Amino acid sequence: MSDTDTIDAVLDRHRRDGTRLMQILRETQEQLGWLAPATLTRIAEAVAWPRAKVEGTADFYSFFHTRPLGRYRVLWSDNITDRMLGNIDLMDAMCKKLWLEPGRVSEDGLVSVDTTSCTGMCDQGPALLVNYRAITRLTPARVGEMVGLIRSETPVADWPAEWFAVEDNIRRKDILLGHGLVPGEALAAALERGPEKMLAEIKAAGLRGRGGAGFGTGLKWKACRNAPGQGDNPAHYVVCNADEGEPGTFKDRVLLSSYADLVFEGISIAGLVVGARKGLLYLRGEYRYLLEGLESALAARRQAGLLGANILGTAFDFDIEIHLGAGAYICGEESALIESLEGKPGRPRIRPPFPVTQGYLGQPTTVNNVETLAASCLIASHGSAWYLAHGTGKSAGSKILSISGDCERPGIYEYPYGVTVRQVLADCGATQCQAVQVSGPSGICLAEEEFGRRIAFEDIPTAGALMVFDESRDMFEVARNFAHFFAHESCGFCTPCRVGTTLVRNLMDKIARQHGSPYDINELFKLHRLMQGASHCGLGNSACNPVFDTLNKFRPAYERRLMSLDYEPAFDLDAALSQARQMTGRDDVGAHLSTHLPNGAEA
Amino acid sequence: MNETQTFQLDGEDIPFAPGQSIMQAATAHGAYIPHLCWHPDFAAHGSCKLCTVKVNGRFGSSCTMAAQAGMSVENRTAELDDKRRTLLQMLFVEGNHFCPSCEKSGNCALQATAYELKMMSPHFDMFYPDRPVDASHPDVLLDFNRCIMCSLCVTASAEVDGKNIFYMGGRGLLGRRVHVSSESGRLGDTNFALSDRAASICPVGVILPKRRGFAVPIGERKYDKAPISAQVKERV
Repeated sequence: MSDTDTIDAVLDRHRRDGTRLMQILRETQEQLGWLAPATLTRIAEAVAWPRAKVEGTADFYSFFHTRPLGRYRVLWSDNITDRMLGNIDLMDAMCKKLWLEPGRVSEDGLVSVDTTSCTGMCDQGPALLVNYRAITRLTPARVGEMVGLIRSETPVADWPAEWFAVEDNIRRKDILLGHGLVPGEALAAALERGPEKMLAEIKAAGLRGRGGAGFGTGLKWKACRNAPGQGDNPAHYVVCNADEGEPGTFKDRVLLSSYADLVFEGISIAGLVVGARKGLLYLRGEYRYLLEGLESALAARRQAGLLGANILGTAFDFDIEIHLGAGAYICGEESALIESLEGKPGRPRIRPPFPVTQGYLGQPTTVNNVETLAASCLIASHGSAWYLAHGTGKSAGSKILSISGDCERPGIYEYPYGVTVRQVLADCGATQCQAVQVSGPSGICLAEEEFGRRIAFEDIPTAGALMVFDESRDMFEVARNFAHFFAHESCGFCTPCRVGTTLVRNLMDKIARQHGSPYDINELFKLHRLMQGASHCGLGNSACNPVFDTLNKFRPAYERRLMSLDYEPAFDLDAALSQARQMTGRDDVGAHLSTHLPNGAEA
Repeated sequence: MNETQTFQLDGEDIPFAPGQSIMQAATAHGAYIPHLCWHPDFAAHGSCKLCTVKVNGRFGSSCTMAAQAGMSVENRTAELDDKRRTLLQMLFVEGNHFCPSCEKSGNCALQATAYELKMMSPHFDMFYPDRPVDASHPDVLLDFNRCIMCSLCVTASAEVDGKNIFYMGGRGLLGRRVHVSSESGRLGDTNFALSDRAASICPVGVILPKRRGFAVPIGERKYDKAPISAQVKERV
């Protein structure tokens, strides 16, 4: 099959519809290896979009490439938890064996090795993606074997299957993970109630968003249901946000791996309530390996009459489609996610209008987290009174936590809302704990005296990531890793975030090189104040949180790196003079800066 | 007829029509809110954030925020102008801006706004990005060193010229850039024309006509005569 035929087959499969550009680009790249200029031109012509618009999407996402990056593309997950498990040494070893620099393609075009943002395998790292397939629990031996397989050009499909195994690691189940429902049970209960009563039940149960923000689910569904559809083809949509990109979070991966029916059922219930005929699951590109399993779960549900026309013999028609992302943290923001669903770069929209009135394709859309939708099944089956009996006054139900870092039993823990951080730490076997990062880099960093705080909307609202750091860890390096993350993931739309995240990263690197001074600390505070108020979306607004928190709670980790109490330039002045010293053949006291005298000599 | 509604901008009453943004109402009234990516002829883009104001104690972009009766808006306060100066410095260091040798000097909104806000230095380390110059078009030069990612050329080409020559792509500080709609990525391979609205919309010096240098001497240019803030008042 020629390249042109390959591209055309993909285009035809997607009806030459530009809003399906993400899927068109991914499927084309999976077959052709990269997105060549002529490929983009052909796609642009077929979907009748300006070529620059197609190129704009292609070069926004980390997992699309508009230049060849090797037949084997190795991307090491670079969350702080991977770092703590030694990913950098392993990556360096891999690069050495392959005679390769990170980020570069080998001369023969065979392989490239680089880092990528957290791949959601924090409880079984160090992890990597090879040609966008997840591999967990890397060891020096595995890396050695992998290099052999790459050199011998063994297809990834023929690599040892156990490398690709991803464990659920469920350590504690509560009402959701121990649900006991059979497929169709919750949906049947919802259909029997009808949309209005089902909505009332969700509101009465006090269900709130599990993605972190905690917006009332009933309120969101009601607003979406009441908003009129727009234009000639009015419609309502349900979008399940499975773009689980917050470093340290992996609960949605487990829900989609082992509780897919519950998630799809929740999407269907939401569809019933808001009056949608179509649901979309936006799956992060890092979870590409889940796609086939999810597709067959959908097929089984269609077979069972739980999706499609006249569901369970009623007038309710509904189906679900899976869209894959391509490596962009920002798409977890609901309006950026919708842009991505429409084939565009994931750039947060100006709001209002909110998605509930003008979302996907300009139509009323409810965007809900995977866990929120799954939880709606419990309310459909057991009712709001039962649900309210779990959790606390303002936080009904349970929360799934993703636990990683310095503990004996990392993995998935489900608790009723209200559990203390200290209890969670005891259960996962975390000892000599110095700090816990809750909700990932954009969340908060808790020091030991705060471990009595509770996981609940009235205290710590969270999507459920807890990264644990014991006393041996350097909290400055934790914050620096997060600063690099935000600089990499800023979409670049607004000035404060686009430039600010990189300025923060550079300041943190300067301090790490021991060239920092109190001046730089003040600069970090100044950038925090600017970015927090002026940024376009939550990414920029929260990008300085980890720096701010660690500066306030772990100040000595910064101060011991500061070179002086005055200003320090970003470069080494004395080293800059070395060439002049060499040229003049001098190495005496007068040829050095007073602060850099050799062997304790005095000026 | 309804009674005219007003809001307060730095203590001054600003009348507005329903649906107007704070920026639109202020500009129509001759009040200056610093801005770069906003243009009165087009829908707000909301990316430069220079127009950040404080409404009832909360920060927001005045170009995207609807005016509401009775709201109290802080604009030219020391706190906000300080933030704006930092944003300007960010824009200067992320690109390559050499005002003395730039044909747009004196007609450049970035430079004029920096004067207006008394920006005395770039403050941050320069990034010196490697940005290409495109001289492929017979009549127009593209110098992306000066791009501030305002998207005005994208909007003008799409909405006025109906050509879609430009599109904002890429991600992050080094990735974000304007794409030119041709397989070569060169302007010369598009149907762009000097008479396009997009050719004259750039607030900085990216899109420049060829063979026309320093026709108006430095010192007699648009913002040499009056500061950018005074020109809003003059327009009214």
